[in-house]
Amino acid sequence: MSDSAYLRPPWKNLERQHQAVTLGIWAFLGSEVLLFAGLFAGYSVYRGLHPAGFLAAGRETSIVFGTVNTAILMTSSLTMAMAGRTAKARLFHAARILLFATFALGLLFLVLKGFEYREDIHKHLIPGPGFPISVEGAALFFSFYWVMTGIHATHVTGGLVAVLRLIVTSRNDTAWLAGSGSQEATALYWHLVDMIWIILYPLLYLAGRTHG
Amino acid sequence: MSETLSAIPDYLHDGTTLRSWLFTTDHKRIGILFALAITVFFFIGGTAISIVRLDLLTPAGDLVSDDTYNRLFTIHGIIMVWFFLIPSIPATLGNFLLPLMIGAEDLAFPRLNLLSWYLYMGGATFTVLTLILGGVDTGWTFYTPYSTMFANGAVLTAAAGVLISGFSSVLTGVNFIATTHALRAPGMTWFRLPLFVWSMYATSLVMVLATPVLAMTLVLVMAERWLGLPIFDPSRGGDPILFQHLFWFYSHPAVYIMILPAMGVVSELIACFARRRLFGYSFMVYALVAIAVIGFFVWGHHMFVSGQSAYANIVFSFLSFMVAVPSAIKVFNWTATLYRGSISFEAPMLYAFGFLGLFTVGGLTGLFLATVPIDIHVTDTYFVVAHFHYIMVGGSVCAYLGGLHFWWPKITGKLYPEAWARFAAILMFFGFNLTFFPQFVMGYLGMPRRYHVYPPEFQIYHVLSTSGAVVLGTAYFLPLAYLLGSLWWGRNAGINPWKAKGLEWQAPSPPPHKNFPVPPHVPDEPYDYHPKEGPLAEAAGDVS
Amino acid sequence: MAREKIPAKSFWKLNRDLVMTWAGLCALLAITCTLAYVPMGRGNLPVSLVIAAIKAALVGAIFMRLSDHNALNRLAASVGPIWIFIMFVLMGSDYFTR
Repeated sequence: MSDSAYLRPPWKNLERQHQAVTLGIWAFLGSEVLLFAGLFAGYSVYRGLHPAGFLAAGRETSIVFGTVNTAILMTSSLTMAMAGRTAKARLFHAARILLFATFALGLLFLVLKGFEYREDIHKHLIPGPGFPISVEGAALFFSFYWVMTGIHATHVTGGLVAVLRLIVTSRNDTAWLAGSGSQEATALYWHLVDMIWIILYPLLYLAGRTHG
Repeated sequence: MSETLSAIPDYLHDGTTLRSWLFTTDHKRIGILFALAITVFFFIGGTAISIVRLDLLTPAGDLVSDDTYNRLFTIHGIIMVWFFLIPSIPATLGNFLLPLMIGAEDLAFPRLNLLSWYLYMGGATFTVLTLILGGVDTGWTFYTPYSTMFANGAVLTAAAGVLISGFSSVLTGVNFIATTHALRAPGMTWFRLPLFVWSMYATSLVMVLATPVLAMTLVLVMAERWLGLPIFDPSRGGDPILFQHLFWFYSHPAVYIMILPAMGVVSELIACFARRRLFGYSFMVYALVAIAVIGFFVWGHHMFVSGQSAYANIVFSFLSFMVAVPSAIKVFNWTATLYRGSISFEAPMLYAFGFLGLFTVGGLTGLFLATVPIDIHVTDTYFVVAHFHYIMVGGSVCAYLGGLHFWWPKITGKLYPEAWARFAAILMFFGFNLTFFPQFVMGYLGMPRRYHVYPPEFQIYHVLSTSGAVVLGTAYFLPLAYLLGSLWWGRNAGINPWKAKGLEWQAPSPPPHKNFPVPPHVPDEPYDYHPKEGPLAEAAGDVS
Repeated sequence: MAREKIPAKSFWKLNRDLVMTWAGLCALLAITCTLAYVPMGRGNLPVSLVIAAIKAALVGAIFMRLSDHNALNRLAASVGPIWIFIMFVLMGSDYFTR
């Protein structure tokens, strides 16, 4: 097999190249975790300082959109993992279909997010004049809601671009999915984006549900 | 054989179009691209502070307006921290030398390396835009709620510039980590690596883990300022100290991004010009990693008077004392390396000696600042300004220049004029101390930092400091002139003009695109200036 | 380009553990969503976070194949969470003692 066709300078050995790409991606994921760390820390501080405000605000987010989107993202992680598994088994056509599915689910996530944002704006859940909740700290919750979901959505978009690249590049050379380290790297990134959302979900959607 | 070797062009002549430079993936060219960019920024940042120092000759604010004064010292800080110091050694010397020192052809991800440069330039563009828009007056620390709610200046563009350039750091760090793990030549085990490589690795850990927190903090500042989202606004429940926690979580490790590479360079210089292996190599390695890790635990020492709890002050003070220990170990080991060495005083060694003295002063004064009662007295005074300039200029810039001189023959294939270089190094040492030592004294006596107008009793110190700045500034122009001049008029350097150890000295000067025409020979230990066997050892009586 | 024909049964066998993990994630999602409506006082937050942590661990261990990876990658993967822990503990030294 001409797997050496996927060798890129300065690498002389394909397995080494893949190992380096994997290590590199894990290092990059470490930086991504720290990117969200500041948001988690800020949220925690303010939830501790203003518990009533956070609970009052938390129950105004849309649990339906949030839960459905969580399910969608988790499913896209499944299709992504399956794409990797099938590519490794050299079932490249199936792998590409699964990558399409991942892309479609990710896109669906963003579309639903758009509808959710529309609903939030309709309910004036933007801190500022017209913000409906007067409990102190509620506005802070929503600042974090918009920034956290916005930054996460940016990452989903970046992930979609990466998945699209996999689909397009493998169009004429499906074996590239196994020969290059790109599929595994993209998959790891995608799973992290899913993991971040899994943590965001209880923080943004499950707060304050026990009252009203 | 020699005909074939000389037929391989060196990396400088391997393609001479602009395109071949702007689309290069050669780590050596990318190092040069970074070097050019940071040099431009160094002189812009230097110009800004020259105007400040000029104004400070007199107690009255009579050269520029208060607002302009604030914008000048702010842009000096932003440029020097993020557009000079942070990339300086890693992105220039690190990029150039890391693959050479481990016997590799390039970094692990050459195209990612080029992206790092473009991200830096993207951030640089926003910074230039900030300058054009009149700058920003928040100080390089962007403290809230001033920066988010009250500052009138180009806060958003300044924040955007820093944010974008931060991604450059992260990608460089990822690249260096993967390279060090996966591209070492056969025989180059971890404990045979030069300390410069270890310092690049430790720095990369910090770059990867700390920089994203800054990115998010700046995003929050931009969200509050631009979108009006309450985040740090105390009137809506926000906590300005949260900003300080998040900002300094990055910015303290950032100072280790600035000093760890310098320590790596100094190890190389001292070993070569004392012609001795480094004393306590393993402890030097552990110390690098310890500084990188413990450096994440100490950020609260910037916040002793912020309103942070007293218990947090105790915790951070104690941890700050701890982080000084590995640095001290390094200073002792560098000194011990000199013992019974065969010391010569070429320019790089003069810079290394300068580093040893100035970094020690900076480090000790850091301990004074880590002591809460003393800090309460001298915080936000010139004492702090002097402390960090001793480390960042006396330490990092000294080491950067020392490294630049040391590896200049390898990078360019030319020798710089030694006499001028020694003169510049000595002039710099005097100019530096004249600029910054008076600042310790006046800070202790109560002169606040960032003040445009000051009580007349401090004027003598400011006059001394500004005089020193004139000398220092002159001294910086000298290397600019003679290093550039050497490109045309310098003698050709041979492959190893210093007779130094290290794989980079086995590549031609300058190296070809793929670095090593013949695979380099990896010695049994790093810095084997006195091999234990062979004629050299016998002559030295080293044979056991 | 030949389109590989895979019998459904071996496709299932190939991906069975992944699909089971996904089912587990969905079940946990249902549980955490339901429990959010059960009054537990201050316990609601820790419970939801623990469930989220389990879900994240499943994604990490099985989808990201962390259990297969070598020690170096596992170390690299653990550094992020450890550093978040450090951030929380030291920030906590301020906020919990004010």
